[in-house]
Amino acid sequence: MSMDGAEVLKRTLIEDEAAILDAWYASLREGTSLQSGRIREAELQTQAKAVYGQLRDALANGGVEADGEQYTSLREALADISRSRAIQGFTPTDTANFVFSLKAPVFAAIGKAHGTDAATLAAGTWAASKILDRLGLHTMEVFLESREEVIGRQGQEIAELSTPVVRLWDGILALPLIGTLDSARTGVVMENLLQAIVDEEAEIAIIDITGVPTVDTLVAQHLLKTVAAARLMGADCFVSGIRPQIAQTMVHLGVELNVVSKATLADAFALALRQTGRKVVRQQVSAEGRR
Amino acid sequence: MDRIPILKLGGVLIVTIQVDMHDRLALALEEDLTAMIVRTGARAVLIEISALEIVDSFIGRMLVSIAAVSRILDADTVVAGMRPAVAITLVELGLELTGIKTALNVERGMALIQSRLAEEEEDGCGGDREVHEG
Amino acid sequence: MTVKSTKVETLPIRSGDDVVRVRQRVRALAIEIGLGLVDQTKFVTAASELARNALDYGGGGEVRAEIVQAGMRKGLRLTFEDQGPGIADIEQAMTDHYTSGGGLGLGLGGAKRLSNEFHIESTPGAGTRVTIARWK
Repeated sequence: MSMDGAEVLKRTLIEDEAAILDAWYASLREGTSLQSGRIREAELQTQAKAVYGQLRDALANGGVEADGEQYTSLREALADISRSRAIQGFTPTDTANFVFSLKAPVFAAIGKAHGTDAATLAAGTWAASKILDRLGLHTMEVFLESREEVIGRQGQEIAELSTPVVRLWDGILALPLIGTLDSARTGVVMENLLQAIVDEEAEIAIIDITGVPTVDTLVAQHLLKTVAAARLMGADCFVSGIRPQIAQTMVHLGVELNVVSKATLADAFALALRQTGRKVVRQQVSAEGRR
Repeated sequence: MDRIPILKLGGVLIVTIQVDMHDRLALALEEDLTAMIVRTGARAVLIEISALEIVDSFIGRMLVSIAAVSRILDADTVVAGMRPAVAITLVELGLELTGIKTALNVERGMALIQSRLAEEEEDGCGGDREVHEG
Repeated sequence: MTVKSTKVETLPIRSGDDVVRVRQRVRALAIEIGLGLVDQTKFVTAASELARNALDYGGGGEVRAEIVQAGMRKGLRLTFEDQGPGIADIEQAMTDHYTSGGGLGLGLGGAKRLSNEFHIESTPGAGTRVTIARWK
């Protein structure tokens, strides 16, 4: 009489543990994970051994349903491995192969033990296949999730990095914009600037667009919205650094920018100083000073 | 709370909105302020909204009409302390606070009011007053 | 991508106080799904506009709030319903500064600009339903 697939697999995993692990290690060694130098062989083997042990325990009570409760700790262990792989920059193939490369050794072990009993062999192989495939997919899902998280965080970081708010003087801020403005970025820019206005109690903010390659209707709209929001909060906003070509393009496109604008950041700063009741004067250089 | 308290400081009426505004409260404030401007002859109204988490079109309309009424009664209106998120939302909503002056905080708002009052006095009766040089 | 909703609740809109309650509840849900401060403020403001519309023009109604999920993305969806006179010309009602009552006429257009998704259907004489959603 043929045995239940889970039972076959469980026994094989217990009885043939040393051989299966050896074959798995060998297979992992051949994979590209080690060659990339991102992980050491000893660490890889420790992980493999831990996963193997948990798989064996899960099988003892949980049957072949890898989504079941008995597999929770195994799934979590794999998720941890997968997450660290994603952060370390492993390829998806390397990550998936960690689980999938266990298949061949397990199949071989089942074949060796039950080679003469076709029904048992089939049942055992099917059970192993079902569980390992499910676990492999789970690994990939976690891997992709982690990658998306990493990408999302990087996007956020880039957006924040690229919008520094600089304090030029007491109550005067400058925001030198560099690169193309899209709505997601403008959102971050706007928030940073307005928050800085509150934090610094700034009266005037200068948005310098020297580093912005093109100003189309959309960008102009974003700028106007920022200026309008700053005004609602009680601060004035100037725009500086509109290059000649951009000014021309804007006129040709019919883009209107109804804000105080100056050619250079220096001009805008001078205006800001004047508006806040200050002025810059050249100091008389005396003969003594020149010495 | 049924009414938002209004403080009088010199010729300025000061209102701090600390609660989530419901519509009745907004209407009551508008009425009270109007009555108070007439009664005290106040020259300016300062509305501090740093505690307001949102300004929707209803509250926006309240602010605009307070400003409009004040203007008729010869008083300036300054809204102080609007939060960044609220300002961004108002712009997106398309609401313009016409006729309203803004300030970052109460201190700045008071300074703005004082300087305007000083200007007006100079304009109005420059001959009687000391003339500032420069 | 399929969208599934995980948490559903219904709030009445019968008085000015209800409008405040809707705002507070929407704020709490927006925080729960992890919306940033500006997005929270935008969406709460949109909710406030629509709740007041339902009250002032629809004679009261209710709002259904759902936390929705599409793949990895979480969002908040609100459905405002009233049994009021309805809107005959939706296009006109959506125009900024158009109002049939005493408002500023920014409610519908504003709510649309403050949301990621906006959908309105109305049957004259039977009521209006407006659905808005904001995604994280």
